[in-house]
Formats: sequence, C-alpha cells, structure tokens
Amino acid sequence: MSIHKLTLYELHKKFTAGEVTATEIVRAYGLRIGQVESKVKAYITQTKDSVMAQASALDASLKGWRKTAPMMGMPLAIKDNICTEGVTTTCASRMLGNFVPPYDATVIAKLRQQGYLLLGKTNLDEFAMGSSTENSAFGPSRNPWNLHCVPGGSSGGSAAAVAADECAAALGSDTGGSIRQPAAFCGVVGLKPTYGRVSRYGLIAFASSLDQIGPITKDVTDAAFLLGAIAGHDPLDSTSADVPVPDYMKALKKKDLKRLKVGVPAEFFAEGLDPDVEQAVRAAIEELKALGCTIKEIQLPRTDAAVATYYVIATAEASSNLARYDGVKFGLRAKETKDLLDLYMKTRQEGFGPEVKRRIMLGTYVLSAGYYDTYYGKAQAVRTLIRQDFDAAFHDVDLIVTPVTPTPAFQFGAKSEDPLQMYLSDIFTISVNLAGVPAISLPCGFSQTGLPIGLQLIGRPFEEDTLLRAAYAYEQSTQWRMKKPVIR
Amino acid sequence: MTYEVVIGVEVHAQLRTKSKLFCGCGTQFGLTANSQTCPLCLGLPGTLPVINRAAVEMAVRAGLALNCTIAGNNLFARKNYFYPDLPKGYQISQYEEPICEHGWIEIVSADGKPRRVRIRRAHLEEDAGKSVHVVGANGSRVDLNRAGTPLLEIVTEPDLRSADEVVAYLKGLRDVLMYLEVCDGNMDEGSFRCEPNLSLRPVGQKEFGTKVELKNINSFKFVKDAIEYEIKRQTKVLSEGGKINQETRLWNLDRGETAVMRSKEEAHDYRYFPDPDLVPLKLDKEWIEGCRKQVTELPVARLQRFVSEFALSEYDAGVLTASRAVADYFETAVKLFSQPKTVSNWVMGELTRELNNSGTDASVSPVSPERLVSLLQLVEQGTISLKVAREIFPEVYSSGKTPEQIVQEQGLVQVSDEGALGQIIIDVLAKNPSQVTQFKEGKQQVLGFLVGQVMKSSGGKANPGKVNELLKKKLG
Repeated sequence: MSIHKLTLYELHKKFTAGEVTATEIVRAYGLRIGQVESKVKAYITQTKDSVMAQASALDASLKGWRKTAPMMGMPLAIKDNICTEGVTTTCASRMLGNFVPPYDATVIAKLRQQGYLLLGKTNLDEFAMGSSTENSAFGPSRNPWNLHCVPGGSSGGSAAAVAADECAAALGSDTGGSIRQPAAFCGVVGLKPTYGRVSRYGLIAFASSLDQIGPITKDVTDAAFLLGAIAGHDPLDSTSADVPVPDYMKALKKKDLKRLKVGVPAEFFAEGLDPDVEQAVRAAIEELKALGCTIKEIQLPRTDAAVATYYVIATAEASSNLARYDGVKFGLRAKETKDLLDLYMKTRQEGFGPEVKRRIMLGTYVLSAGYYDTYYGKAQAVRTLIRQDFDAAFHDVDLIVTPVTPTPAFQFGAKSEDPLQMYLSDIFTISVNLAGVPAISLPCGFSQTGLPIGLQLIGRPFEEDTLLRAAYAYEQSTQWRMKKPVIR
Repeated sequence: MTYEVVIGVEVHAQLRTKSKLFCGCGTQFGLTANSQTCPLCLGLPGTLPVINRAAVEMAVRAGLALNCTIAGNNLFARKNYFYPDLPKGYQISQYEEPICEHGWIEIVSADGKPRRVRIRRAHLEEDAGKSVHVVGANGSRVDLNRAGTPLLEIVTEPDLRSADEVVAYLKGLRDVLMYLEVCDGNMDEGSFRCEPNLSLRPVGQKEFGTKVELKNINSFKFVKDAIEYEIKRQTKVLSEGGKINQETRLWNLDRGETAVMRSKEEAHDYRYFPDPDLVPLKLDKEWIEGCRKQVTELPVARLQRFVSEFALSEYDAGVLTASRAVADYFETAVKLFSQPKTVSNWVMGELTRELNNSGTDASVSPVSPERLVSLLQLVEQGTISLKVAREIFPEVYSSGKTPEQIVQEQGLVQVSDEGALGQIIIDVLAKNPSQVTQFKEGKQQVLGFLVGQVMKSSGGKANPGKVNELLKKKLG
C-alpha cells in the first residue's frame, strides 16, 4: 500500500478501520516529501519532528479503539498565510520571516481539535498577491506536471503539494482565484466557499471582503470531506455567516443531475481563450448535458469590468491591512534607523517585495482624498452590479460553468515582468470573489503539451452542496483524476 | 473692529465598559504596561474585531440623553495613519452614518438663561495606546493597554461663543455622561478629553473665520485659559491685519500659551473607508426603545423635581442630585420615611461623611437606605435621642449591626419614665439651690442649665422634652 497515493477520504477510512497508524502515515509522507520536495518546493516550513511526535501521541492515545473525528490522523499541508500556533507563519514575506503566531486560526483550531497532522506550511505569492508563486520571498514552487511551469498562485504551494502527493490534502485561500487557478494548473480540485462560509479568523488578510479559506484536494470527495471539517459560523469573525452546514458527503450521493440547469456565460468564451482550454471545457459541458443537466446560454455582462474593479477594491483593502507591518511590534524591524519615519520606511522597504509594494501604492492612491469617489466608490458600485449579474443568472440556472483560466500553466518568467498580463490570468475567477459566491475548480482534460486544464463550476451562495454534487458526478463519469504527474 | 468668537468642541468620552471595543481585554487604568492586551489589540495579523454590545448600548443611551437620532444602520470605517501606538496602522471609527446625530444639550449661558448647544454627531471608535518617552532611554516605549478601549466622540455644532460657555457645556455634558454611568468623567486619567476649535469673525459677519484646533487640555481651567489666550492671540493677529492659519495648536501649561502642532498642509489624509472586517451594525427600533427606558432622568430635571416634590432648597437638591447613586439613595429612603428634609440632612451630613472617609460609592453604602430609616424611626418614636442617633451612626456604618442592636447592647434607650426622671430631678434641684432661687425670681434662662444637669446625670439618655416638662412642673 502506498499511503501517499491514497485520497484523503480513502486514508481516513483506513485509519478509522485501524489498518494504518498515524506514525505510519507521517513516515510515508516523510519519505514522499524527501523524494520530490527538492524539485517541487511546495513547502516553506516542514514540521518533521513535531508532526512525528504528534502522530506517536495520537497512536498512543488511541490504542485499541478508534475515534472517528473526520480529520484525525490526516496529514495536511496549510498555506503559510493561515496562522498556526507555535509554527512560523510567514506569508512568504521577509516581513514575517520570524513570525510565530501565539494563536491558531479558527480553521486550524477545528482541525487540531479533530486530531489532524500538520505536515508543514506551503508556499504562496507574498501576502497571497500573485498568480504563480513567483512573488514568494522564498523562491517559487514548481508545477509537478512540468517543473518549468508555475504551479499557479497564490496557493501554488498547496496545489503543488497535493498534486505531488506531498500531503493528503491542503488548505488554500482565495481572494481572486488563488485556490482555483493553482488547482487548475496542477490538475487537482480546489474549492472557494461562499464568502462567510469558512471563518477568516487567523487568515492573514490580503483583501478582507474577498478572502476565503478553502480545500485543495485530490478529488471532489476529499473537497466535500475537508470543507465539512472547516465550515461553519465563527463568533470571532463578524463576517462569517450563521448558516447551517449541510452534510457535504451526503450531498455527493445524489448523482442524478436531471433537474440541474447549467448556465454558460458567453463572456467567458471570448478571444484570448486557449483553444485546448476551450475544447476541454466545451467537452465537459457536453458531458454535463449527457449527465442530465439542461444547458443554457446566459449573460454576465459586467465580466469585462471585473479585473479593474477587483484591483481597486483588493488593493485598497490591502493598503490598510498591511499598514500594521511597521517594524514596531512584531515581524521585521530594519536596523540602524535614525528616527521613526526612517524606521517605517526602511522596514517596509526591506520587508515587502515589489508586487506587494505596487499594490500598497495602488490601494493608497485609490483611497486618497480627491480620488476616493473616482476609484474606490466607483469600484464598489460596479461590484454591486457584478453581484446583480450573478443574482440574475442564478434566477435562471442552478450552476454556471466556465473555464478556470484562459491558458494552462505558463512558464516561469512568462508574465512576471508584466503585472497586467499576470492580473489578466485571473479574469475568469475574479468576478466570483466580487460576487461572494462559491466555485469549484476540477480537472477536465489536458493540453497538447500535457498540462492539466480546469473546469469551473459556480454556484449560488451557500449551495456548495449542489456544486460538489455536480462536480462529483462529472468527475466520476470521466477519468481525468486517474492521471498523475511524473515528477522529473 | 470687534470680533465674535465661534467655538465648536470635540469630546472623547471613554465608555465604562468592562472590556474593549473589539476584544475581550479589560479596560482598567494604570496596570503594568501591555498586561491588558491580546493578539487582537496588539494588531497581530489574522485577528478580527467583534463589536462590544455593551459599548453600543452605552453610546445609544448617551445619544438618547443628548436628544440625538440613533442610526438604524451603523457603519464602521478605518481611519488610516501610522503611529507607534496605533497597532493596526488604522483606527476603527465611524465616518459615514455615525451612531448618534442631530442632538442638543441645554446649558446655562453667561446671562443666566438656558441655551441649547446642538450636537452634530457622536460616534463610536477605539482608542489608541500610549507612547512613553523615557528621558535618557534609548528609544521610546509603547503601552497598548489602552489600545482598543471604547470612546464616544461627541462633536458640537459651532454654537458656543465664549470660554465660559464652553466650560458650561463641558460640565453639563460630563454630568450627563456620568449620570448615565456611561463614562466615569475622570479627566486626569483621560476618560473625558476635549478639543475645542475656534475662529473669530467681525461682529455681524455671517461667514466663519479660519478655524484653529486646540489640543492637550485636560481640565476645565485649562480649557478656559487656552480659549481665552487663543481669542486674544487671534484678535491681535486680525487687528494688525494678519491672517489666521488653519492649524492645530497645543496648549502649553507652563508658558500659558498655545503653540503650533501642525499646519493644514501637514494634516493627514486618513483615507477613510468602510471596514470590511465588520458588517453594518443594524439596530432595530424596539431595541433602541429598550435603551431609551434605561436612560434615567438627567441631573437638571431631577434637581428641579426634588425642589418641587420634596420642598428641598435648590442647594440641597443640587448636592443630592450631583451623583446619581446619592440621589437614588435619597429617593429610596424618602419612600420609607416621609420627612424629606430630615432624610436630606442625614444623607448630606452623616452618610456623606462616612462614605467620603471610606471612599465608598453611595450605591454600595454599608448602611442601606432601609437601615438609615430604621435609625430615623428610633428617633421619631422617642426611643433614642437625636444626639445618640448621631453618635452611634459611625458604628452603624462600620459594624454592620442594626441601630436597634447597638441601642440595646449599649443601653442607650431614652428614659421618659416620670418616676425615674423624677428622682434625678429631685437630686439635681437639691444640688443647685441657687439656680432654683434664680428661676423662682423670674430668671427663665436657668431652666436650660437645669435640663442640662438632668441630661448629664442620666448619662444622656433622658428624654429632653420630658425633662423640660417635669422640671417646669416641679418648679412651678
């Protein structure tokens, strides 16, 4: 039995049945990480020693009986912008290179309570700003399907770790596509829940009104399984929704999609869409039809304004969220500064990378006196229109299907010199965050160059169950998940 | 040319909540630096604010007492600026849609007439921490104990016309907030801070002049001094044909003058925007009405009622209503013992003395209104003399015993029995023949002396009225 090849849910069943111990799990993943990590570079921090101690303690405490907390004994990787008590949480920034949070994010507290095993903290674009992990202060991660290509971002480390079997599943965060785009690039499943579905407490903020934590997994079942373990209202997060969490695993069993109406927005199949991607997505739509879905052409007319709107709102919030990194209380403090202003300037100059600086400047500008109405105010108004587009569409259909990205994974350096090109790679994922609705990315084929292609399903707020159900039916009727990357 | 001064005031009142505005940390003053902090109020990444319900209630109560409209939809905004004592790099405040708007408070102006000062708005915000600059130390220190404590910022319209009016406004406002128990009003500890802004204009002109803000004023006296100084300064500048700069000036206590802190050009661009970590706070009408019921009668109204209902002097009513706890104490007692003047004397006299000596608030007085009344009833019924009652009050206060117990234990019951008193009187008369003679010769004043002698030999327990009566009979 190759433990690392099992899905999260398969491993859970074996662990619960007593066929495998936590120590064996950690050892197996230790070996796997040892084999491929030097090529993939998915992790910023590995917890080797502490996770082994954790596993032994767990095994000792269980002895003859098995408890069935969903994530007990499950080896997970966590994006390094989610706070883990006692484990360095860097946000892939020099600014937080030495930051050890004295508290757990709510999602981590939930996992810890269930007895999960933390394998390590995964790489990302600094402060989750980017689409390739090339903005990480600790160097980029690589795409397991082709080491010359980016794994996507910002949750590139998490997606690469899952694709390379360096963990059973991972958590990422998604502000404008940061879970779905790397999931698509790495051929795994990524789910961005409805805004408010999963607590943001302990997620180091990039853009508070858009950020959401979600699972990155080997298949749809795992996504349902992991989402169930982290979702729910949190009194520590005022923006978390007090909406009951359905049994997502149960939702998968309803395979019949006959009553589902699926919308195809014309705006997402415009010029610039890679032909391989278009072909794969069109074929997936046919498959959904074959599964019983009614396919309907719909409009999301403000799609073209989404990227501009996003880069005003997200940067505005980021400029304020990142003000706390001033060298006074925690994180980096520049040395040999002559006064307070100098301390601020040097610390932020040394601590932040170029993309983070670019976004802080942009965000500061759009909020400044005299420009607020022109930019931030206008962007908020357009955001409302984008949300209304989705409301109207969901009046007619239950799901919306689109590509995740215009192209498959690109090569290192292909877009890093041109921020605008990089921003446009998120064109299909961004409006989902602006609308606050849930969406899933799952494999739907491969390009001629052998890179994975992602399919995006978008659902109504808090209807992750419908999303998962349709994704599961599609996944089970196709073979894409069977193909694994050969890392070389 | 004569100038008219136009003044508006911003007050930052610290709300008396147990915990901070967005986390569970305490709000005590004077603790060890940074002992009252948590990841949230330290601004650690990933933490999220959750609004304190008690602070919202207090703000609403204050707003209602100040005749404000209460917003049903409350937005919180971030005010962005860098400062070491501001952990997040922004302060959570309210910008658009503050919790209270369009109110007023009545003050007594210089001519003795009541006048309304309009309240433009009052909004909730969190306080910053404190920078500590130690002389000779390498660098400064930051204490974040205060960071995140709830403040209500109360802003007037430019309705005030003199330093005295400003002081009258501030005193009135402080009384109201203290009375509602939403602010402790302690100016030394910074619980009630004020920042007046003022401008001058030629009498008769409608447009306002250029405004100057004053800071660093932590007593009513300094408010008056600073404003009067600033009026003189600006009058001089304008009379000499100069121009007033829009700026913020600090009051320098030692030099008795104001000095520029920052000019308009140096003013921050705070880049206010709605805080995405907090959802709009909705207050429904019923809930607001519930708060209205908790808004007690305010000091001025209560004073007037005490005068009319209990026939107290303005002075007495003023003393009693200065503290809500004392006024409540008085009213409870008066319900049980319907001699307002007597109760008022005891509350203002014996009780207040003991409370002050032990630094106790009337609300937690060890002598309850009921117990005070039982003491007054002992006097009323003639069981003990007023003198004895006064003498034993400190013991009633400190021992926890009932007045009855103390009277019993110490045998202080007043003697009114004619037989027992008669014997004492016979003895006293026998010992003081010359006084008896004097009385019989018509020197009525001697009676007092004789009564005193009887009281003395009874150990103070004789009923003086009875003694008087019996003496007259005997000598008659």
